[in-house]
Amino acid sequence: MSDTASTYAGTSDYIASPELMQTVNVAVALARPLLIKGEPGTGKTMLARSIASSLGMPLLSWNVKSTSKAQDGLYVYDTVQRLYDSQFGDGDVSDISRYIKLGQLGRAFTAQERVVLLIDEIDKADLEFPNDLLWELDQMDFAIAETGETVRAVHRPVVVITSNAEKELPDAFLRRCVFHYIEFPGSELMRRIVHVHHPDLEERLIDQAMETFYWLREVSGVQKKPSTSELIDWLQALVLGGIEPEAIATRLPFLGVLLKKDRDVDAATFALRTRGAARAGGR
Amino acid sequence: MFAQFFFLLRAHKVPVSLTEWLTLSEALARGLALSSLSAFYSLARSILVKSEAYFDQYDLAFQEAFAGVETPEEIADEVWDWLREGAEIPGLSAAERAALAAGLGALDLEELQRLFLERMSEQHEAHHGGSHWIGTGGTSPFGHSGVHQGGIRIGGESRGSTAVKVAAERRYKGYRTDATVGVRQFETALRRLRQLSTRNDGPLDELDLDATIDATADHAGALHLEWRRPRRNQTRVLLLMDAGGSMHAHISACNRLFTAVDRATHLKDLRRYYFHNCVYDQLYLDPTCHPRNSLPTARVLQELARDYKLVVVGDACMAPSELLEPNGIIWWSATNEEPGIDWLHRLARHFHRSVWLNPVHERSWSTIYGRDTIALVRTVFPMFELTVDGLAAAVRSLMVRR
Repeated sequence: MSDTASTYAGTSDYIASPELMQTVNVAVALARPLLIKGEPGTGKTMLARSIASSLGMPLLSWNVKSTSKAQDGLYVYDTVQRLYDSQFGDGDVSDISRYIKLGQLGRAFTAQERVVLLIDEIDKADLEFPNDLLWELDQMDFAIAETGETVRAVHRPVVVITSNAEKELPDAFLRRCVFHYIEFPGSELMRRIVHVHHPDLEERLIDQAMETFYWLREVSGVQKKPSTSELIDWLQALVLGGIEPEAIATRLPFLGVLLKKDRDVDAATFALRTRGAARAGGR
Repeated sequence: MFAQFFFLLRAHKVPVSLTEWLTLSEALARGLALSSLSAFYSLARSILVKSEAYFDQYDLAFQEAFAGVETPEEIADEVWDWLREGAEIPGLSAAERAALAAGLGALDLEELQRLFLERMSEQHEAHHGGSHWIGTGGTSPFGHSGVHQGGIRIGGESRGSTAVKVAAERRYKGYRTDATVGVRQFETALRRLRQLSTRNDGPLDELDLDATIDATADHAGALHLEWRRPRRNQTRVLLLMDAGGSMHAHISACNRLFTAVDRATHLKDLRRYYFHNCVYDQLYLDPTCHPRNSLPTARVLQELARDYKLVVVGDACMAPSELLEPNGIIWWSATNEEPGIDWLHRLARHFHRSVWLNPVHERSWSTIYGRDTIALVRTVFPMFELTVDGLAAAVRSLMVRR
């Protein structure tokens, strides 16, 4: 089926769908960056960790901020430190290479073994950010202008890029990636995910909680739908609070763990009341 | 190979490029499609389609290209995997499994596969309750719902759906962006309304590191700070919204646009006024369009500079008299000496860039009631439909430098 020594097949703490596993293996085999998109809270960052542990490679993580520049990932020339050292410090200030600090991409290139490089939430940065990385991701090398040396990748890192779809990514960048969209898990897959995080939960509690969770996602008026990570936190809260399974659907305890906007909470409580009234009326 | 699929994808407006197609060929050459149609479906999708907005169109193209393709080998592979790897076959107890293995052992695996393919090619019709052909409810080794201990189940409840069936389910219909959906998509489109200031205007409030270093060096190490002007968004927008009766049908689309515009904090200035069906000599400050809360359009034109970007949102559907006649305004008590169309011309001439957003879909513009006034308005403003794609096109039209 495959000729690489190790393939990705999920790990014990991360349940991946078969398509996702196949896509990861395709990206590794073709040596292209893997672009993961999905609703917030569907486990995109955890996927990179899972890939790293499954393939036995260390994980380098670059958390992109809105102020990030592509250059920061390659290297940074610490001019202020050099200026400071020249006035107050000791050591050889004329040696520029002491002040060149490699960024995460640079570190991934110079690593002696193959690594997994996670570029998290690439769409948070400026519109031009992904385009600025195109050449480096393709050729796997970059030049340091100050010292004149070229940093070339010893082993081609496995690049995993996550995006929340806040911004459109440029076409030239997308062309080079292998893409996967992590859909919101169905109830069967969700149950397996819950079992991984909470192995010893009462089945009745899980049933009631999941039923209420999926109902809550369908309530109109809820703008930010609760996600997988919020469900897991909610189950934790229910267990700690000692809530009875039957009370979950009728009282919606600890709603603040699932819904974070006050308008959503209002919409949910209203829907709960009408649902309760409908049930009572139907009897 | 599969060149027809490539052209079908482009016909369905999925943006596939030749580079991506060559990558797919490379992947196929390496055997990454695992000789199965559903694996090919996922492989091609992950390489060719880069946004979930196109998943639905991909499904449609896939259905068209591969409809009717039979893949009996796919089902057989599953069974071989189970038997070879000794995996747990769901629903079978250990004793049953042992019996199954024994039953199959009587027919060696390769022999069974050969027989299966032979039967598939010989059989021409459905068969039930028999013992030789592939069918249901019988005792032959091939089929389903039968009583043979070792054989191959075809059809019935399958563990995984075939790729064409998955494509036919159209699970990704909701992700298409050519329908009016979601505030966030509008916000993303509006974010492109960005024109950064030049280095010559604005206050000096950002530290210019390079200049600071140069100045400090020039002063023999004594620290001298240099400042510069940061680049800020200079875009200013004037939004005119139609609050007339016919707009009630489009209220949810307009609400989404409103919310998105509300959240667009990156604009330098945003002004919002309302009108009823058409712009006349008064613009209203709220959707009730009461004369008490209005101000003269002429004053707005005087106050606002010409580099404001004008966005008019309305269905442009009205009686032609409202647009073309003096005193065509719909309120009895109000008068307007100049016809509405003159005001529209005045607006279009004053502002360098303007667009008209219409919540009615473009395909209805030539057939709906109001098609005459829509056509007339289109001679004054470029008109786009109020969907994510239409808004993106409108914003591009507003930002283009000629």
